[in-house]
Amino acid sequence: MGFSPGSFFLQNLFNAIMLGGLYALIAVGYTMVYGILRLINFAHGDIMMMGVYFAFYAATILSLSPIPAAVVAVLGAAGLGFLIDRIAYKPLRNAPRISALITAIAMSFFLESFAVVVFGAIPKSFLSVFKDRTILNKVLTIGGARIPLLTFLVIVLTAGIFAVVFWIVYKTKIGMAMRAISMDIPTTSLMGINVDMVIGFTFALGSALAAASGIMWAMRYPNVYPYMGFMPGMKAFIAAVVGGIGSIPGAIVGGLILGAIEIFAVAYFPDLSGYRDAFSFIILIVILLIKPSGILGKKAIEKV
Amino acid sequence: MTEVARKPQEEVKTSEEFLLKLDHVTMQFGGLIAVNDFDNGVKKYELLGLIGPNGAGKTTVFNVVTGIYYPTKGRVIFDGIDITPLKPHQITHLGIARTFQNIKLFYDLTVLDNVLVAQHHELSNPDADRILKKHGKPPKNTKKFWFWRAVSKLGYIKKEKEMVERAKELIERVGLSHVMYEKASALPYGEQRKLEIARALATKPKLLLLDEPAAGMNPKESEDLMEFIKRLKNEFKVTIFLIEHDMKVVMGICERIIVMDYGKIIAEGTPEEIQSNPRVIEAYLGKEWKNV
Amino acid sequence: MVEKRLKTSTKVWLTIIFIIFMGFLLWIADRTFDDYKLRVLRLIAIYGIMAVSLNLINGITGVFSLGHAGFILIGAYTASLLTLTPEQKAMSFLFGIQPWIEKLHTDFFTATIAGGAMAAFFAFLIGWPVLKLYGDYLAIASLGFAEVVRIWANNAMTITNGPLGLKAIPEYSNTWWVYGWLLFTVAFISSLVYSSYGRALKAIREDEIAARAMGINVFKHQLLAFVVGAFFAGVSGSLYAHWLTTIDPRLTTMGPMLTFYILIMIVLGGLGSITGSLIGAAIFAILFEWLRNLEQPFTFFGIHVPGIPGMRILVVSVIFILVMIFWQRGIMGREELTWENLYRWFSKLKREGEKS
Repeated sequence: MGFSPGSFFLQNLFNAIMLGGLYALIAVGYTMVYGILRLINFAHGDIMMMGVYFAFYAATILSLSPIPAAVVAVLGAAGLGFLIDRIAYKPLRNAPRISALITAIAMSFFLESFAVVVFGAIPKSFLSVFKDRTILNKVLTIGGARIPLLTFLVIVLTAGIFAVVFWIVYKTKIGMAMRAISMDIPTTSLMGINVDMVIGFTFALGSALAAASGIMWAMRYPNVYPYMGFMPGMKAFIAAVVGGIGSIPGAIVGGLILGAIEIFAVAYFPDLSGYRDAFSFIILIVILLIKPSGILGKKAIEKV
Repeated sequence: MTEVARKPQEEVKTSEEFLLKLDHVTMQFGGLIAVNDFDNGVKKYELLGLIGPNGAGKTTVFNVVTGIYYPTKGRVIFDGIDITPLKPHQITHLGIARTFQNIKLFYDLTVLDNVLVAQHHELSNPDADRILKKHGKPPKNTKKFWFWRAVSKLGYIKKEKEMVERAKELIERVGLSHVMYEKASALPYGEQRKLEIARALATKPKLLLLDEPAAGMNPKESEDLMEFIKRLKNEFKVTIFLIEHDMKVVMGICERIIVMDYGKIIAEGTPEEIQSNPRVIEAYLGKEWKNV
Repeated sequence: MVEKRLKTSTKVWLTIIFIIFMGFLLWIADRTFDDYKLRVLRLIAIYGIMAVSLNLINGITGVFSLGHAGFILIGAYTASLLTLTPEQKAMSFLFGIQPWIEKLHTDFFTATIAGGAMAAFFAFLIGWPVLKLYGDYLAIASLGFAEVVRIWANNAMTITNGPLGLKAIPEYSNTWWVYGWLLFTVAFISSLVYSSYGRALKAIREDEIAARAMGINVFKHQLLAFVVGAFFAGVSGSLYAHWLTTIDPRLTTMGPMLTFYILIMIVLGGLGSITGSLIGAAIFAILFEWLRNLEQPFTFFGIHVPGIPGMRILVVSVIFILVMIFWQRGIMGREELTWENLYRWFSKLKREGEKS
């Protein structure tokens, strides 16, 4: 069966959208927290990693079937995110930004080393979660391209999750509270809103998204190890910056762009595959030089 | 307040020529015109006041002059040099110093260090020195390689001694010797304001921009400050451009006053002329002014 | 009013005596310590250089750079490629080697300086775009830079030998080299900080806008601190490589992890304090080594605990978080352990002793 340029492109297109979607899911979590607290939650990528491990152990130790395991993992990650905010970030709400940033780094460090000690440094296979592996291996053929069913599922699921996120942020009261806080914390608290609870909710929501992304990621790339969240976390943050930090549509746009560049660059220039992780950083430098506020971001003028 | 007795100073006469001139300067932010065709300036050795209700654009004028904003239209000429395209640190090197509405001291540094920092620019601005030379003026610094001198301490100790002595003298003259080694954050409000002014003076400016120096002060403190600012002109041979809300301060010490409202100059003249100007009175009747 | 009570000449003499005394202690240690202890002793000096140089950028100038590991790696590679003989390089480079790299060979001192210079050069290049960013963005961009360096090193087969790394690097980092360089680093950076330039850097940290208004070219000075810090990071990289005798770009210990370790050192010691960074580096080095015990099986109050690998990083990270939540200023805060401060402290004790 010949591999025409068209089908090659199509194949990579689907991969790009899938990867971009996964980055976008994590990026949305970053951007929500940053929009509210002006804090880069360095530990975000590691929360994704914890979510994957939660799912893994829910399936293997608690013998849950995949979907309940995923639900448990997502809820667990949400709780973890909430807890981290309460314990480590809340005490530093009024401290200088650098201190909060350093604490986030320390938290990331902690989660990674925790995973090494408790889960073990040896990589595990996420495939163990699935007793019935047929769904993972099904391949569809569209326009001459062979695309795993999994890729499709991930894209559809991701889109569905985004729809839910949009509903929460723009159509519910708590979403409105989130948006209000991102503009002005003191005034919002004067309006009678429990700012700490909303911030905690934001962390929980972002963490849940990261875990969901992680689980889908692990279905596609089943290698599970303690540092697996570092790179995706970095790239997701870069995606959020590229799209405009603080903007949820921006995070989605940024994620898709990053995913596309990563997939297509390696597809059409296979010699560069060793450098695939470096592309995101180069894009970051470029965007910070050209338009630091990101593609969909607004410029902030500092009043003197 | 510890004060060292000084010889009676000669009165420094205000000249007729502009030291600083804003040439039809307009500053627009998106749809908002913060400064609208400001065509005026400060004469050499003058004590000029800039007043107007909140939001009239006064601080924006300062920000344009000091290079924080690039004007939408117009030019800023200082001492014969077009400083419009220059960056803030270069403009300071050329001789304009300022204080801020919300005090911006280096809080974790001592009083002495705050004043010393203000002298650093003499060593480290070759680009601004080139601009001075281009306009036929003497550069602030003639020696090179100050960084290497500072690290190796060769050919540097004398300079450091000079700077420290100048700083100490300045601190004494403004009456802050008793807190010389305290951190700026430990000072009471009134002394912090004084320190900000001392720091600005340490840059050896020709023009001093004071942004609401009496803000937050009680009547006695404002009065002391008034005397203090009046003395500055003669003691330091410096031109002063002052933004203030406190009418007593403004009317008491300014030789000339410019009034702004909604970004435009609505009146100009001596304190007596301004006080009886109907437009000024109208602008003030509708807004909140202090001590009128 | 707290005035200086010690004459400058007194302080200079005290410092000279102190250095001679420390040198003497080092000489004794060098002769009597066993290999293991000596290795840790030298590591303290290497960490010290890393910490003091990062502190210049982050703590004194307030530029939150997370890219230090990148400069360390650049220094490590540059120096090692220069100290390895052409024969060694020809043998170990699996895919061949750039001929000019193979031929270059020089002594340890020159190689170390070259490492520092190369790192400084890249800091100059990368500083232009990165320093125009703020706080968080700068942190990520600099971290990204360090990662790009590591990824590049992992891929540039004919320059760095890629994932195989460099092995059998001669162990030139003896006690005298590392402590000599440490002394130079501390002298250079202290002299810089206790000068008009140092005050300018601190001013930038306190309030960038006000610093600009005082005539300080903020960008130029930030770049200055960045480049100087990178130079010494490169030097430390060379010393580190010649202590470890291998460079492996695959391990994240030469990447972001290393930067985090250094960050812990300077936060623990006190962000903004040179002596604090030294104290932090020493504590970290010793603590980290001692914690190795946790990774071997041991008995705790009669309970047998099996060795858990990775335990020490966990303990360190918990300590890090606790320090950040409860003790942000660290051991020294922003103050230094100067003769002045010691004198004052002793006089206060003496006065209190006389009172009672």
